[in-house]
Amino acid sequence: MTSPRALRAVPVVTVALFLVPVVAGLAGTLLPAFGWLPAIGGRALSLAPWRRLVDYPGFGTALATTLGTGIVATVVSVMLAFGFCAVAYGTPLARRVGAWVSPVLATPHAALALGVAFLIAPSGWIARLMSPWLTGWLLPPDIATVGDPTGWPLVVCLVLKEVPYLVLMIAGALHQVPAAAHVAVARSMGYGRVEAWLKVVLPQVYPQVRLPVYAVLAFSLSVVDVALIVGPGNPPTLAVLAVRWFADADIAFYFPAAAAATLCLAVVAGAIAAWRAVEWIAAAPGVRWLERGKRAGGASAVARVCHAVTLAALGACALAQAGMLLWSIAAQWRFPAALPDAWTLATWTRHAASIAGPLAMTLTIGALATLFAVALASGCLENESRRQSRAGARSLWLLYVPLLVPQVAFLFGAQVLLVRIGGDGTLAAVLWSHLVFVLPYVFLSLADPWRALDPRYARTAASLGASPWRVFVRVKLPLLAAPLSIAAAVGFAVSVGQYLPTLFAGNGRVSTLTTDAVTLAAGADRRVIGVYAVLQALLPCIAFAAAAALPRRR
Amino acid sequence: MRPIRIWPVLARVAAVAFVLALAPGARAQSAEWSAVLAKARDQTVNWNAWAGDEKTNAFIAWTGAEVERRYGVKVNHVKLKDTSEAVTRVVAEKAAGRDTGGSVDLVWINGPNFLALSEQRLLFGPFAAKLPNYRFVDTEHIRSNVVDFTVPVEGMESPWRRAQIVLVYDAQRVPSPPRSMVALAQWAARHPGRTTHPSVRNFLGATFLKQALHELASDPAALQRPATDASFAAVAGPLWSWYDALRPSLWRRGAQFPENGPAQRQLLNDGEIDLMISFNPAEAAVAQLSGQLPQSARTVVFDGGTIGNTSFVAIPYNAANKEGAMVVADFLLEPATQARAQDVREMGNFTVLDLAKLAPAERRRFDELPRPPGLPTNAELGTSLLEPHPSWMTRIAAEWERRYTK
Repeated sequence: MTSPRALRAVPVVTVALFLVPVVAGLAGTLLPAFGWLPAIGGRALSLAPWRRLVDYPGFGTALATTLGTGIVATVVSVMLAFGFCAVAYGTPLARRVGAWVSPVLATPHAALALGVAFLIAPSGWIARLMSPWLTGWLLPPDIATVGDPTGWPLVVCLVLKEVPYLVLMIAGALHQVPAAAHVAVARSMGYGRVEAWLKVVLPQVYPQVRLPVYAVLAFSLSVVDVALIVGPGNPPTLAVLAVRWFADADIAFYFPAAAAATLCLAVVAGAIAAWRAVEWIAAAPGVRWLERGKRAGGASAVARVCHAVTLAALGACALAQAGMLLWSIAAQWRFPAALPDAWTLATWTRHAASIAGPLAMTLTIGALATLFAVALASGCLENESRRQSRAGARSLWLLYVPLLVPQVAFLFGAQVLLVRIGGDGTLAAVLWSHLVFVLPYVFLSLADPWRALDPRYARTAASLGASPWRVFVRVKLPLLAAPLSIAAAVGFAVSVGQYLPTLFAGNGRVSTLTTDAVTLAAGADRRVIGVYAVLQALLPCIAFAAAAALPRRR
Repeated sequence: MRPIRIWPVLARVAAVAFVLALAPGARAQSAEWSAVLAKARDQTVNWNAWAGDEKTNAFIAWTGAEVERRYGVKVNHVKLKDTSEAVTRVVAEKAAGRDTGGSVDLVWINGPNFLALSEQRLLFGPFAAKLPNYRFVDTEHIRSNVVDFTVPVEGMESPWRRAQIVLVYDAQRVPSPPRSMVALAQWAARHPGRTTHPSVRNFLGATFLKQALHELASDPAALQRPATDASFAAVAGPLWSWYDALRPSLWRRGAQFPENGPAQRQLLNDGEIDLMISFNPAEAAVAQLSGQLPQSARTVVFDGGTIGNTSFVAIPYNAANKEGAMVVADFLLEPATQARAQDVREMGNFTVLDLAKLAPAERRRFDELPRPPGLPTNAELGTSLLEPHPSWMTRIAAEWERRYTK
């Protein structure tokens, strides 16, 4: 089968669409980091921005907190995800794992962080549920949780959000390896069920999920919205510091801001390299551990703990969301009452008008970005199948670029370019910035089912005289309806959650539920925050439910 | 017999006559203003305004609905986390050469941000005196309406609401609140962890330190001049020794601070603190009505007076919709708008108008406003102290960050 020229152009357009602006944006950030931004008087390359960054009183702490929170969050997430999968493998729970984790996966980071912030605050829900009967607290204790200088609440939020993502990625990768057969063989040799998975399946699955793990590492080291809500403030993490300086009234702060963003990029690159190095170093002891052949060891126990913690984490997510729902319908809810003192729908009705705008904007951008992403991804995959050439590992890396490069590192440069061409604050600009992140996820969730489609269907249709286009529309699309709708739901959820891209490309003029929620998080009425958090979480869930409700063809 | 002081009487008569002549403002418009109204129709004003306060957001939304109904001007509230974001935007547009069709039409501003924009000549104007309702503004008794943080306003921004420092406290837990910054530090030492201030990066946090600076400075007059290395070192010295003593008794031992005023109010409502600084004398009353503070919240003003300032709106030099922005600025000064703004059920911000300049019917709108127990009287508030020059705030914030960010 041949493909028409238009179809062959799709992969090129797709790559150009999200890679060119990323690269241009990176350049637009790197140059000011070394003093070059003629528009505001930076006409000579210098290290002054870096000196200014290093001279910031909290620089050392900011760097240490960034590294600490990012790496701990990733290590814990990876451990929990693999531990969970090892124990859950083959159980009824594992077969329905998608249904368990997708609500958390669909919830935007900011919404979850808002819920967690209320959960763990000294005057938060956990403390309220246990006071005063257990703790004796009539007043909240003066202990630090949200905003704690060590950043542990940031780690908690990241772990809650990343474990479901990794679990789903592992579940997908399990289809690529003969896991069931290998576990059966290992068990026949006397290995415990969990031990067998850890020793036989994990080493095969890990390389398959390496990119998602790196994406989690990159994200954790450079996250902005979650860090703004629950992270430390004085000093904040590097990425937040960069955003704070970018927005400073004193324009001279552009330069150290660009330096901080660039350092963020270097930190991510260094961390990924270090992670890779640890993989290499760990390989030899890992093999020795396998060869020792212990049938039931400490690893199984650790995995069981991880499994339990993951279940508890899912429970915490549900509790966090429930807390926000309660706040949105609370009239008043004072410490230490376990439940609101009085109920009302007034918060919803009072804010209906002011939410309508951001809600409509969220839906519009989400729908359009999803539509474009699904169309482009289908085009790429259709082109691939007609040319019978499989995109290699290298193109997969390309796809992951926007997920591996810190958002702050290229969005600022991209904003300067947008302002220059007068495109900032337009729907098109925001749409593009969302597409950069929506497209990879849509492609990733669509690629496997598309490639797994039995080519004989298409061949049979073609032999009956159907044109390639007709085969595509009448045979492939209906057969792939379920994966397409799930990919669309994933894309929509990713779009709803975007904070920094909306802020930068929209130049502050485009408000979505997420940008408004993060703005409000800085201290607005918790009842209003509740309304935003509930809506934010609800939209993607509706999308997922709709995708799941579609009749499946078998 | 006392001599009759004729001039004040004449002045009053003249003022009344003037007001009566212009009172039905809509009818007796100047041709210039009619032209502004005509151009403004169908414009959408991008009003960049800090969006951390729900009541203010609702007020801005109501303003948008009203000016659309009456003048065909739409308002798009560009919600800011910090006013400096709007300043950055204008500066960035200037840098990118966008001298017309700018994205910021109107910005809620004062103090350092106003200074930054006016120093770089990035403001449109003077326009304030062209607004028909500007004649009601109290330019005589409320000095902050014409001098913004020691910088003469000169019509480059138009006032819309006032602020003055007060302490809000839970009367159930604090029977006799402190009445000075020195007393506050003593109170905190006796009640560790029960008060705080917003982050010093936030204007309210910086204002907390400015109020202390005003009290502790040996020569408060120096604060009206730009700070120099020498004057800052001399005047601010006592501030830091006071703060070093206070900090360990603050909430979270002074290692963590709420991001802004509303976040701090949430702490008071959650029972995490008992006492907080506020820049809105009506905050306790407003927040009680909306269930955001306990009914026992009360307000106290310091014996030695507190710093007050005025919030303005300004129009950037490259604004795309200047006429629409002027219509909004004028609407904000309308007596009915100002009365609504002062109503604790709406926003609860004290008016910038001189009530003596208003027609009796308009003045009655203010007299009839509710006065709940959390609301201080004008007598309690007294005459506010003037804001120091913005350079003091900048230096205080920078020095605070240097000393306490570890």
